[in-house]
Amino acid sequence: MEEVKLHYDVNAYDFTCAGEASGKLKRSLKDLGFDASLVRNVAIAVYEAEINMVIHAEGGVIDATITPECITVVLDDKGPGIPDVELAMQEGYSTAPENVRSLGFGAGMGLPNIKKYTDEMSIDTEIGVGTTITLKIYNK
Amino acid sequence: MDVKELVEKLDLRVLCGEDLGRKVSGCYCGDLLSWVMSRANEGDIWLTVMGNINSVGVAVLADVACIVLTENAALDSDALSRAKQNDVIILQTDKNSYQMAAAISKLI
Repeated sequence: MEEVKLHYDVNAYDFTCAGEASGKLKRSLKDLGFDASLVRNVAIAVYEAEINMVIHAEGGVIDATITPECITVVLDDKGPGIPDVELAMQEGYSTAPENVRSLGFGAGMGLPNIKKYTDEMSIDTEIGVGTTITLKIYNK
Repeated sequence: MDVKELVEKLDLRVLCGEDLGRKVSGCYCGDLLSWVMSRANEGDIWLTVMGNINSVGVAVLADVACIVLTENAALDSDALSRAKQNDVIILQTDKNSYQMAAAISKLI
């Protein structure tokens, strides 16, 4: 398998499309023959990050680079940035608004879940500029 | 046990799903989507009152066997069409999640 690159756009505040990018990525990885548990881990991590983009940022872009050894996903948004990353990483901490909570979001598990399901995670964020999250999941 | 047998034994309504042959291996209850997604296992019966499009997304990503909407929780039309596209089985019952889970535990 050669390197495969995939790109997805995520729309702001559109909960009817939320999960589409991660769903498509999941299908692509399945079709490429990756192990089901690896596919599930990538899908969960990317879904959480995608939902964060919909809730907190004004959408963004997702780029995935797939090789037989590693799946790298970069999620880039031009949202408000994360003021306190350490706090945001705590399970149960959420700044999701009430209307979003009523849809079942805002458990404060988004970033912790991303960390849990990936081998490497880095957050590059700047207030008023945006956030870039880079995820790596190795095919062991 | 498969979903078809679950539907018959517990008298569930099928809101979406044509092929009910999917095997069920466990059960998970919860309404907070991130929580469910990280903790439900593949093949679980998922009991929830969340019948929106995002529940369908979570069901696909977590690979649960089916969603059971408890206490007659409604399934909205966007969620139904997304479920059809993705072959997600959605069932409904008037029982609450506790009653349903207790009944399921006697079957699996």
